[in-house]
Amino acid sequence: MENYTIERSKVELTKEDFVSDQMVKWCPGCGGHAILSSVANVFPKIGYRKENFCMVSGIGCSSRFPYYVNTYGFHGIHGRAAAISSGVKIANPHLSVWMATGDGDSMAIGGNHFIHIIRRNIDINIMLFNNQIYGLTKGQYSPTTPMGSITKTSPQGTIEHPFNPGELILGAQGTFFARAVDTNPKLMTEVMFEAARHDGTSVVEILENCVIFADKTHAQITSKDLRDEHQIHLKNGEPMLFGKEKKKGIRMRDSRLEVVEIGVDGITEEDILIHDQYQQDPGLHLMLAKMTPPHLPMAMGVIRSAMYPTYDDMVEEQIKYAKENSKIKNMDDLLNSGDTWEIE
Amino acid sequence: MTGKKKKQIIEKEDVVVKFVGDSGDGMQLTGTLFSDNAAIAGNDLATFPDYPAEIRAPHNTIAGVSGFQVHIGTNKIHTSGDLCDVLVAMNPASLKSNLKWAKIGATIIVDYDSFDDKAIEKAGYKTNPMDDGSLERYNVIKAPVSSMTKESIKELTTDVKTAEKSRNMFALGIIFYIFNRSFDQTFKALDQKFKKNPLISEINKTVIKAGYSYADHVEALESTYTIPRAKLEKGKYRNITGNVATAWGLLAAAEKSGRPLFLGSYPITPATEILMELAKHKSLGAKVFQAEDEIAGICSAIGASFTGSFACTTTSGPGLSLKSEAIGLAVITELPLVIVNVQRGGPSTGLPTKSEQSDLYQALFGRNGEAPVIVIAASSSANCFYYAFEAGKLAMEHMTPVILLTDGYLGNGSQLFRIPKMADLPKINPPIAQPNDPDFKPYRRDPETLVRKWALPGTEGLRHRIGGLEKENIFGTVSTDPQNHQIMTDLREAKVQKVADFIPKQELTGEDSGDLLVVSWGGTEGAVLSAVEVLQKEGKKVSHAHFHYIMPLPKNTNEIFGKFKKIIVCELNSGQFVNYLRMKQPDFKYSQFNKVQGLPFVVSELTEAFNKILEEK
Repeated sequence: MENYTIERSKVELTKEDFVSDQMVKWCPGCGGHAILSSVANVFPKIGYRKENFCMVSGIGCSSRFPYYVNTYGFHGIHGRAAAISSGVKIANPHLSVWMATGDGDSMAIGGNHFIHIIRRNIDINIMLFNNQIYGLTKGQYSPTTPMGSITKTSPQGTIEHPFNPGELILGAQGTFFARAVDTNPKLMTEVMFEAARHDGTSVVEILENCVIFADKTHAQITSKDLRDEHQIHLKNGEPMLFGKEKKKGIRMRDSRLEVVEIGVDGITEEDILIHDQYQQDPGLHLMLAKMTPPHLPMAMGVIRSAMYPTYDDMVEEQIKYAKENSKIKNMDDLLNSGDTWEIE
Repeated sequence: MTGKKKKQIIEKEDVVVKFVGDSGDGMQLTGTLFSDNAAIAGNDLATFPDYPAEIRAPHNTIAGVSGFQVHIGTNKIHTSGDLCDVLVAMNPASLKSNLKWAKIGATIIVDYDSFDDKAIEKAGYKTNPMDDGSLERYNVIKAPVSSMTKESIKELTTDVKTAEKSRNMFALGIIFYIFNRSFDQTFKALDQKFKKNPLISEINKTVIKAGYSYADHVEALESTYTIPRAKLEKGKYRNITGNVATAWGLLAAAEKSGRPLFLGSYPITPATEILMELAKHKSLGAKVFQAEDEIAGICSAIGASFTGSFACTTTSGPGLSLKSEAIGLAVITELPLVIVNVQRGGPSTGLPTKSEQSDLYQALFGRNGEAPVIVIAASSSANCFYYAFEAGKLAMEHMTPVILLTDGYLGNGSQLFRIPKMADLPKINPPIAQPNDPDFKPYRRDPETLVRKWALPGTEGLRHRIGGLEKENIFGTVSTDPQNHQIMTDLREAKVQKVADFIPKQELTGEDSGDLLVVSWGGTEGAVLSAVEVLQKEGKKVSHAHFHYIMPLPKNTNEIFGKFKKIIVCELNSGQFVNYLRMKQPDFKYSQFNKVQGLPFVVSELTEAFNKILEEK
């Protein structure tokens, strides 16, 4: 779906149009640098006027993002990026609103706003930097930290069950969910482009490495020797194949997903599930979002992209309808409506 | 009931009528129908609904009593009245809890049918007040309301519940008789309200007529009353509640500024009506976002303000607490924002349906860091319109959050409102940055007002970033420089203080010098002014200064205070404004009169306090 309410750029834009003059103050080796570079690459491709991009964030390492992109930007307060972005988009639907947030900002303090923006399906593109740790406050566990992890506030290991953001998003009736890793710029750019094309709230979870406080937290998924076996790149309309030789696949058996190998035990490509990111029923999307190694590969790419009306469009429609049908056209009309009387 | 004789008609200047009954007895509707009728008949008026926090507390208990008080008169009506002349009590519990609000000698109309043993006991009476002599000092009309209501509509319906529900109309009929009111406007209102169910309208009308003719036959009603038309300023009028007036004031500010209205709010008693009212006016372009919580309410408004909307959030005490951090964000980003706090009794959940002025400290100081905002307060249900408009004008022209304080009495109460023409309201000029302005910097200021420009996303050539981190003066990049923080802190304070150059001077009621200056602010104006007028009529040298502008104070405050021998500050808290004055205007000695009971001032307690201080050496 193309969004026609946002004005397109009359000139060809480049990455340089979106580079800000501010010094980027993330640690060397932080995944943030790669995400920033992907955003600067994808914005010109999306093609909107540069003045129509608006970047909003909360608090945390991720949330310094607006200062590093040359767009209109708003650095909010902890957990509230989703609420601020909602106001920005509802007030001005002609803006392409992007939200940078983290696992602390959106899964903990801002959890409430996060589920409600998704439920409402406001047309905002959320980049959720998931490094499974509180970085800016120097190393406390977050709601996505794996159980048992030793951190500054869990010296004996965490005793909390972590969130899988994808489950939370689909549970909140999310219409778009994609996953990428900070070490794969091509994939990040692809899913961000898809997120921009999607009408409604789109969440891109980016598995990000924090070199200082949770180094290699995603190594099971991203390390060179494991990534082919532990990741599957979903593509719409294509069979769910993965592995170095693309011989492994996902099939449904007894209502569960399992990994099978083509050519073993009579398995053919016919047995492998075909990815349909657009299907309305979130059942299979949820199963895909929940896949975790070592038994199942982690799903990358666009897992769900279903079409539903957006909140911001419906706001405009209601206003248009009211303007056309109400007798009250201005404040004088309102002040003089209903029971009034003259005193001579 | 035979031997009917012509009753005497007495003219009165003003009268207070209070309708009380069980929640669900329809007291709010009865009171509203009566006050609307009085308004159309040309009386000035003020109303106050008094209802419990529970929607339906246990039947026939004190906790479940709901009331509606109406004060109508020929002269300017300042308050909904202290004690009532006529009390309508639909059950024993409502009589028990409201008798203390009736004047000695008041007419009390009860539904005699409701005084059965069980209900009397539930109300906490040891003996039946109808026959134990406890009401000797009142003129009690024991009307069999329930049975006569049933009887009067037996040809229209036999449904017990419908009869039960229309009892309130019987009481209204009696009141219409006592005050010689015409049915016309009320019958029209009922037809309108029950457009889809004409039978209900017919039943209500029949019951009103039955109550009226019942009263005509009651000998205990020796006389009836008229209240001549009020001498009001010429013009077009309507009845309006403070919350609706607030909503309309915000809409008016949006129209005058050319900025679309955005409201981000979460329902909370007693402020919810503003949110509901604005939700009705999409035809005026209002975007109303019912957020998931108070924080999202204000944060969505801040986002909308960043894009150039006239953004507002409405709440009451506990909600303002939740919004504190976000108000600081609006302070540091220097974005216009109106925060309406319809105050209620605190702390915590406190007294949700009662009124208080105890959030003044919170409005002035309730944020981390040094975070000055403009604080103003409305003082009547009708002027909520003008102060909401003013809040919008100051917020947009001075690029700052403004806290508008009203309270539950003002918000739920209603008053006559002289309808203004939009052309007569002042223009609002937000400082919007022009496309490709070569001089634009996020924190470059107008040297006169210290106000920065409002640069709206989408505008060519003005891309910039703002946020909660301290920013470098003029340029707006993130800065932790110590000197810069000092400069920015001073600038934020000076910008709000400069607003004093743009607000009206403080006015006085009475002579500009004298023995006693009575100071008040916010929703207490009516009661305090009435008390001051009592003393002035007695020839005492007392004047009244009622404040609407609190932060900053009007520039002539010091000059006014200096001309009085004594100053007393009255407020419905333990002394928040008086302590603020001690800080801002330390040259004077202040006395104070305070009450924190969830109730408004009554005139008599104020006159007593003023007399006492006048007598002190």
